[in-house]
Amino acid sequence: MLLFLARRIGVMIVTALCLTFIVFYLTNLPAKLETLAKTQAGSRISDAEVASWLDRNGYNQPMLTRYGEWLGVVPGWTREDGDGDVTGRCYRAYGITDPGVAPARCGLLQGYWGESTRFRASVADVIPPRLGATGLLMMWALIVMVPMALIVGVLAGMREGSRTDRTLSTFAIASTATPEYVSGVVFIALLASSTAGLSPLLSSWGWIDAPVLFQGNARSALEKITFWNFTLPVMTIALYGMGYVARITRASMTEVMTQQYIRTARLKGVSFANIVLRHALRNALIAPFTVIMLQIPWLLTGVVIVEVLFSYPGFGWTLFEAAVNNDIELLLAASVVAVIVVLLTQLISDIGYVWLNPRIRVT
Amino acid sequence: MEAIGWPEILGRMALQLLPVWVALAVVFAISITWKRRLGLYGKLFDSRVGMVGFALVMFWVFAALFADMIVTHNPLSQISGMRNATPGTPLRDPAGRYDYFLLGGDALARDVFSRMVMGAREVLRIAPFAAMISFMIGISLGLPAGYLGGRLDTGLTFVANLVLAFPVILLFFLLVAPEIQETAIPRVMAGILFIVPVLFFTVLLNARYFTQPARRNLYVGAVMVVGLWAYSGLAFNADPLGIWGMSPNLLNVFVAVVFVNAPTVFRIVRGITLDIKTRDYVAAAQTRGEGPWYIMLWEILPNARGPLIVDFCLRIGYTTILLGTLGFFGLGVASESPDWGSTINQGRRLLTVYPHAAIAPALALMSLVLGLNLLADGLREESLKD
Repeated sequence: MLLFLARRIGVMIVTALCLTFIVFYLTNLPAKLETLAKTQAGSRISDAEVASWLDRNGYNQPMLTRYGEWLGVVPGWTREDGDGDVTGRCYRAYGITDPGVAPARCGLLQGYWGESTRFRASVADVIPPRLGATGLLMMWALIVMVPMALIVGVLAGMREGSRTDRTLSTFAIASTATPEYVSGVVFIALLASSTAGLSPLLSSWGWIDAPVLFQGNARSALEKITFWNFTLPVMTIALYGMGYVARITRASMTEVMTQQYIRTARLKGVSFANIVLRHALRNALIAPFTVIMLQIPWLLTGVVIVEVLFSYPGFGWTLFEAAVNNDIELLLAASVVAVIVVLLTQLISDIGYVWLNPRIRVT
Repeated sequence: MEAIGWPEILGRMALQLLPVWVALAVVFAISITWKRRLGLYGKLFDSRVGMVGFALVMFWVFAALFADMIVTHNPLSQISGMRNATPGTPLRDPAGRYDYFLLGGDALARDVFSRMVMGAREVLRIAPFAAMISFMIGISLGLPAGYLGGRLDTGLTFVANLVLAFPVILLFFLLVAPEIQETAIPRVMAGILFIVPVLFFTVLLNARYFTQPARRNLYVGAVMVVGLWAYSGLAFNADPLGIWGMSPNLLNVFVAVVFVNAPTVFRIVRGITLDIKTRDYVAAAQTRGEGPWYIMLWEILPNARGPLIVDFCLRIGYTTILLGTLGFFGLGVASESPDWGSTINQGRRLLTVYPHAAIAPALALMSLVLGLNLLADGLREESLKD
């Protein structure tokens, strides 16, 4: 087990290095750096000024060197001005101007993530609160999604081919066919519009006090999460992921229900409810567990869409803003976080699979 | 003129869609009559789920084909006084144009119904082909990885996992951008990705006919000529005759979508190959002295077709969703493009006041993807029966 873990973590680190280098490369293309120079130093500057701006800010070194600097394994660039002042990556990072005081290396390993040009703040200050906001959204989405998916899947799978199975399977298929930008739009039009859908009807009957049933904008959820402002984003994320998990659960449940030991239990005269709850359920939940873990990185796309649609300033919204505004260091940091989340969930899903299923051994 | 109510709107829409209904009726009549002779496709008509899915998919296929006959207005033209018009609003001054905006107007006073129908064309122009190229790449790499194993397998699996560990949305933000289009990256990637189908068909035919050089030379030659011709146009925009070609925007979107999909297909094909290569007929072919490519392409691949066809349907649906996502974030599409994703994106700004502009394309996209998923489900069920 330890060897397995060590090897997995080794592969993970190699993967993370490759991925961050790809992200670094794609965000630091000459064309993107030119855009950056223009947004920082004025949009009407000439090509020569762009080149000198890039040179002054240390962007003119080879890509690999700068990647090393960003990681913190290569000493950061320094440059002496004509009048004796020294500037450099690490001087700027810590706001030092006296020569010789700044540390040689400053990058990810030293805990320096760079500055965000979009939010005019340190990346290390921008990311954590937004990650927390997204964590809350994900938590509620999973709290809604997982039990619903498991219930739908188990109910559909316990009697294969029955009418319940048909109905629930169709529902699951329909939910996988509804991406977040479709369900979000439909939810808002149906439940959060003051002119269309259910809200005007309900408020004219006097059933609700507010003009709309739910709020189509989740910005206020940052201060205080209420049922009113958080239901729609949570439902939108949960719905798309739910269908897939439900289908996996159903497939796993139908397979378990054909096993010998289920037949034995039935012949012994155990009641159907008991068979499902005591004998089948535990074995049927192994496959959905791994799928749920693998679903988390997949939900990231949904999180970006939902946070943009409901203007909820979380991690996904930050990623979107960074990408749109060409905020290189913020985008890099967000990518690193995203990649780490993906790799960690993969690792947890592998370990959990082995742990839940004693028939599989890792050597 | 008065605004018309929903019954009349629906009636008029049904009338506009008449070519689609006729085509659907013809296809269903022919297919059901001869369903016993049509193999797996015919069996689809035994399953209600499969039939519903097939009908939904074909509805949009025909809508895309006959879009020019169906649309009531030019999807790009703005008509004064129709900004955010509600469904069924009559035109102030028709002047020979269609009298109503059947599904209302959007924020730029364009007809939502016409844009929705034209959007089908945008989606169906890319999604099936992107899925097809992804499949050929996944098959061409997955078969040897599974069958030959060893270093090749380890390397390819690592690369596939690398791409899969990339959050899709991040890849899109990074890869589909105007700055990237100026660089050589999309061209290089297209150059690598698009050569695979040509190689695939060359090897496929060569493995089968290399014992009959005359036929082999004919078939392989034909594939090379057509394939390289299309390749030069699609990947490098250098087609001497100017028939094949893609705008940089489209190429960028295409490459990104293929890049995201191919590793998943690779994993599926590799898994199936690992399972099938232990079968007796593969051992028999090995004993006969067949080459590895013949075994992979003519023994293993045909026997893996069931799950692959099912996954192909699902993948077109997933590609449609991905294209919608790209449009939703305004990535890689022209600003006026009527594709569903960008129409939803434009409509969402006034969503709480005028929902119709975003709802129509949203429901269209959902129904197409639902149709593809139901079709896949029907095919899976029918292919498992025998």
